[in-house]
Amino acid sequence: MNYTLDFTALLGNGYPSLVWGGLITTLQMTLLAWLLAFALGSLLAVLRMLNIRLLNYAIATYVAFHRNVPMLVHILLWYFGVASLFPYEFNDHMNMIGGGEFVYSVIAIGLVTSAYVGEDLRSAIRAIPPGQVEAARSLGLSYLQAMRKVVLPQAFTIAIPTLTNQTLLLFKNTSLAMAIGLIELTGAGRAIESATFRTFEIYLVVTALYLGVSLLLMFLGAYLSKRSSAAMAR
Amino acid sequence: MIEFKNVCKWYGDYMALDHVSARVAPGEVVVVCGPSGSGKSTLIRTINRLEPIQQGQIFVDKVDVYNCGSLDELRSQIGFVFQQFNLFPHMSALENLMMAPVMLKRASKADARKHALELLERVGLESKADAYPAQLSGGQQQRVAIARALAMKPRIMLFDEPTSALDPEMVNEVLQVMKALAAEGMTMVCVTHEMNFARDVADMVWFMDAGKLVELAPPDQFFAAPASDRAKKFLQDIRR
Amino acid sequence: MLEILSDNWLSLLIGQWPHGPMGGLVATIGLAIISLLLAFPLGILLALGRISPYRIFYWPATAVVYVVRGLPLIMFIFWAYFMLPLLINTSVSGVTTMVAALVIYEGAYLAEIIRSGIQALPPGQMEASRSLGMGYMKTMRKVILPQALYNTLPSMLSQFISTVKETSLGFVISVHELTFAAAQINNILLTRPFEVFTLLALTYFVLNLLLTGLVKLIESRMNSSRLVVV
Repeated sequence: MNYTLDFTALLGNGYPSLVWGGLITTLQMTLLAWLLAFALGSLLAVLRMLNIRLLNYAIATYVAFHRNVPMLVHILLWYFGVASLFPYEFNDHMNMIGGGEFVYSVIAIGLVTSAYVGEDLRSAIRAIPPGQVEAARSLGLSYLQAMRKVVLPQAFTIAIPTLTNQTLLLFKNTSLAMAIGLIELTGAGRAIESATFRTFEIYLVVTALYLGVSLLLMFLGAYLSKRSSAAMAR
Repeated sequence: MIEFKNVCKWYGDYMALDHVSARVAPGEVVVVCGPSGSGKSTLIRTINRLEPIQQGQIFVDKVDVYNCGSLDELRSQIGFVFQQFNLFPHMSALENLMMAPVMLKRASKADARKHALELLERVGLESKADAYPAQLSGGQQQRVAIARALAMKPRIMLFDEPTSALDPEMVNEVLQVMKALAAEGMTMVCVTHEMNFARDVADMVWFMDAGKLVELAPPDQFFAAPASDRAKKFLQDIRR
Repeated sequence: MLEILSDNWLSLLIGQWPHGPMGGLVATIGLAIISLLLAFPLGILLALGRISPYRIFYWPATAVVYVVRGLPLIMFIFWAYFMLPLLINTSVSGVTTMVAALVIYEGAYLAEIIRSGIQALPPGQMEASRSLGMGYMKTMRKVILPQALYNTLPSMLSQFISTVKETSLGFVISVHELTFAAAQINNILLTRPFEVFTLLALTYFVLNLLLTGLVKLIESRMNSSRLVVV
């Protein structure tokens, strides 16, 4: 193996700010996609509880579509496919909010993750003893109020480990946006690689950053899980 | 106050409730007893529609339970205490009591808090206001559950085997609370195995067997000289 | 969309073969099968390392699993693309890179599945076997692993479905699998991207739906025939 390490080559030419910019973009994508996934997933889980046949069927189809098709294909479908359905002027608007690559990637990743979050919340809700709902309804609370105040808070606590896992996967999936040219962390790494040929060094930096954030997310999840189950300790 | 008219409930061939007709007068304390599977829990759960019925009618204060305007409104006027307490584990005792009055706009947060603390004092647990259910013993949890039901200022209190899930040494503290409630004139229907409670406090004893309301009598009469054979057998079995 | 399908179904199915490497759907499934089969022994090794009381086995196994779980697959693929030629001193095709990356990636995930399968068995199994005088590795081979692997078969088959989806990343390093084939068709047609990529999505959808159905079938067969001795 003929390779001499040279990290200093990475310090010039604005490369550090490119890496930093990539990291920020990745984190922004993660946050926005997560909010979308969480909001939509919660909605799906609650809608499922209504037990309307047609609605359940529609949601099941949505979940199946988003879980069975690869994430990359979803991104390609949105960026190349859906974008082509809009008129050209639309793309100018897109560029004002971060560019089509950013927006469509966030939508694609958010929707796919919402399918998983919805299913995870659904099984968490089912794990709550029916006596809880009975007690809430016996006090006179409506179904929605019982859901909001009694069932969902407990369901979230139960779901924290799986939701942490989903967040981690979401964070890693943002890297797929580099396939359509978005300069997030992986994209920045590749750009610097082709400019400096210092592949090992830049990959090491990018890897370290990914691992760092992943570990942080895992610790955050463990902390939240501990805190909320301590408050509830059955 | 509560009226059952020919109430029937069945699962396939099995009659859980068999033409039950009875009345509970305001301020009356009724104890429902009988062997397991007799339908006593089912009966009490039909009053606030936790269980539906297939035939017959149930009236609470002249309102048809199965044809009322707002079920939630009706339920808020009936207090229900569960065998498994069913306290909300993610809220403190105080929050458990305050949640429904505030959510249903019956009281401001401040008033709800005040009332909740008074109720906790009534059941002897004012010091545990900020404790979470997991930190309370079974008897304490059930007392909080009773206070929670009272927080809605109900006109009727229903108890579904309130002491059956408790260790023996904690049964008394809960029964004390229930006795005090009865003494204040609350209309109560209790499903219970605690026959001493029935003897001391009940105005009427209802004996159920296999879904049928077999016998209704004041406690003195029921325990001393039960009319039906099944009641006689039941009392023999539990006397040991 | 139907005409795109009828015009191009062959290249979606087998890519540019015989005028190029085997591609399309066939390549996707082939990649997934080969990768998972090779990942299987690696998964067992890593699982054994993860439950080993010896630090020399535990730490490397745990490190591999955590690194794999913390890195995006695409980064992993780029690492393989870079490291493989260096390590074996010859140039490496995209397909080989893809397989190598997937083998390690899937190996780590399989390791966790197998590990939980092993740990779910009653400890009495190990105790009984050791009491008969059988050594640790023999017990693993004859008693523990056969049961653990059988029990976790549904999870492992679900992992196969994940692998099928992960082959789509070959697109980024020009591996001729299904997504790449669809992108090529799009580059030729140019004016119908929505139909082309919807077709691509539907192909994966149907494929994975069928595979999921297969897994459920196997799972129900297993549940009905197996006597659960607790």
